[in-house]
Amino acid sequence: MADEERRRERLDRGIKARTGGLYAVNSWREIGYLLAPRAGLVLVLLVAPLVVPGLYWQRVLCFAAVYALLAISFDFLAERVGLVCIGGAFMIGVGGYISGSLNYYLGLPAALTIPIGTLGGAVVCTLFWLPCLPLRGIYFAVVTFMFPFLATSIILATGLFRGTEGLSPVAGFPNAWVGIYLIMVVVLVSIFALRRLCGEDIGLVFAGVKDNDQAVLASAVNITRVKVYALFIATLIGCFAGAYISHFSGFVGVSLFAVDFTIMPIAAAIMGGPGSIAGPALGAFILAPLSEALRGFGQLRVVLYCVVLVAFILFKPEGLLNWATRKYHQFEHWVKV
Amino acid sequence: MMTEEKKPLIRLRNIKKSFGGVVAVNDLAFDLLEGEVLGLIGPNGAGKTTIVNTITGFTRPDAGEIFFREKKLTGLPPYKIAELGVTRTFQIVRPYPSLRAYKSLIVPLWSQRARRFAGSRGGDRDAVAIDLLEEVGFERDAYVPYKLASALPLGYLKRLELARCLALRPEVIICDEVFSGLSMSEIASMVPLVERLRRKGVTLLMIEHRLRELFSVADRVVVIDFGVKIAEGKPEQVMQDKKVRRAYLGEELEL
Repeated sequence: MADEERRRERLDRGIKARTGGLYAVNSWREIGYLLAPRAGLVLVLLVAPLVVPGLYWQRVLCFAAVYALLAISFDFLAERVGLVCIGGAFMIGVGGYISGSLNYYLGLPAALTIPIGTLGGAVVCTLFWLPCLPLRGIYFAVVTFMFPFLATSIILATGLFRGTEGLSPVAGFPNAWVGIYLIMVVVLVSIFALRRLCGEDIGLVFAGVKDNDQAVLASAVNITRVKVYALFIATLIGCFAGAYISHFSGFVGVSLFAVDFTIMPIAAAIMGGPGSIAGPALGAFILAPLSEALRGFGQLRVVLYCVVLVAFILFKPEGLLNWATRKYHQFEHWVKV
Repeated sequence: MMTEEKKPLIRLRNIKKSFGGVVAVNDLAFDLLEGEVLGLIGPNGAGKTTIVNTITGFTRPDAGEIFFREKKLTGLPPYKIAELGVTRTFQIVRPYPSLRAYKSLIVPLWSQRARRFAGSRGGDRDAVAIDLLEEVGFERDAYVPYKLASALPLGYLKRLELARCLALRPEVIICDEVFSGLSMSEIASMVPLVERLRRKGVTLLMIEHRLRELFSVADRVVVIDFGVKIAEGKPEQVMQDKKVRRAYLGEELEL
């Protein structure tokens, strides 16, 4: 019996790839089968702010969403384009400082500063990292990791943006719900848009750059240009998170370049399922509240991250979502037999 | 036969390349003529792959110049050279393991050059990719073109390398040992493919160790040893050459 099913699964793969679209809209059951996990994600993210107890946990949820955006951005670059970029804090800082200073010095409203911070931040991050793009793997990672420290040092040394004091107050959102749902919707849009993008032709070129950049070069494609596109997309997401945080916390300072913004998304990505885009978001929504719940333990919380990381790398390297996806599809084959 | 009338398409002039103390290519010069199949042979370590890398921009020569028609290739990055229509396969195949076979052709089809040539079906890159795979000998079924590249045997990966070149509508294909590592029957099915490409007007530079198969398709042969050209001419002439026999085939071997 078990053998039969395994055979069936192998057979299905080819057919599914060929007629993906047709196969999906064959029947209501197929549509439901594909729709259920996606609808579930949308529902959970939209309903969660309503059901969590109190303002405090709503704010925790927002912070989790910020981490989720960073995790998505990290995962997209690392697993879909092959650029291991651990400069999440730099994106947060650049996006945050642009948007926060526009509000603090010029009094622009959040509706303007956040888009400017997002776009401008992405341009700045991309330009800064452009010279590092020929680097690969760990070398690119190390260089991007240095940028937040560089930015912190410059701000502290020169006293730009009021140095250590930071800019305060930065105007908040008109009301709490706008703030919460703004970031929830952006998380959802990022997940679905990036997953769609990876299936498009340019997404395949991204995958090509990850798998074998020499072969992409031999295909008359300029890999640096392709990497710039990918980097811009990823930093858009990261800088939005930064711009959001500046208004959300009403403060802009060097703490935006904190190393937490770099490390935590990586832990979330490994836990949630590298390469699945949605998985890292899931990981962030588990890790961030968990870390809040354990706030009483103070610095011992770091032990939790370490335990989670080591445990997942050792025992479940595929991560939560990849594991769940596999189980979900296997269940399908049971039914079909 | 008609060799005299053909125009040179790619000209190598005094190419020099050394890695550390090892001189891989030393003062090499030869022409690749329009529409011909030129074989490039030599013992292991003679510098054949270095020449391919130099022509296609993957390594820069220490000295010398390479021209494609009137255009100077030396100094251009690899993607610009491919953009001109000078394409290559890799001796050690370079597939995209995570992509399905036909999807891996989307990468070259996405390039500027392929888009310029894209006809009425330009938007439907998947269909073009499946056609290309059929052209290089993939089965047109619901199975093989849809396999992940990581699951394909070497014979198909070698064909995939060729398909990647074809996707760019190349003027020149430089084949770096497309026959190596293949079984006799797989090679037998590759030879007609080479013939077909030649009839379509594609110029081929073939690096091979399989001399029998190479000589069945090649118009001319260039023999190099230790980075130096030791003979050039028709296959049968070259094989009579004393230096070639000594360097490459060994004194006693009868072919």
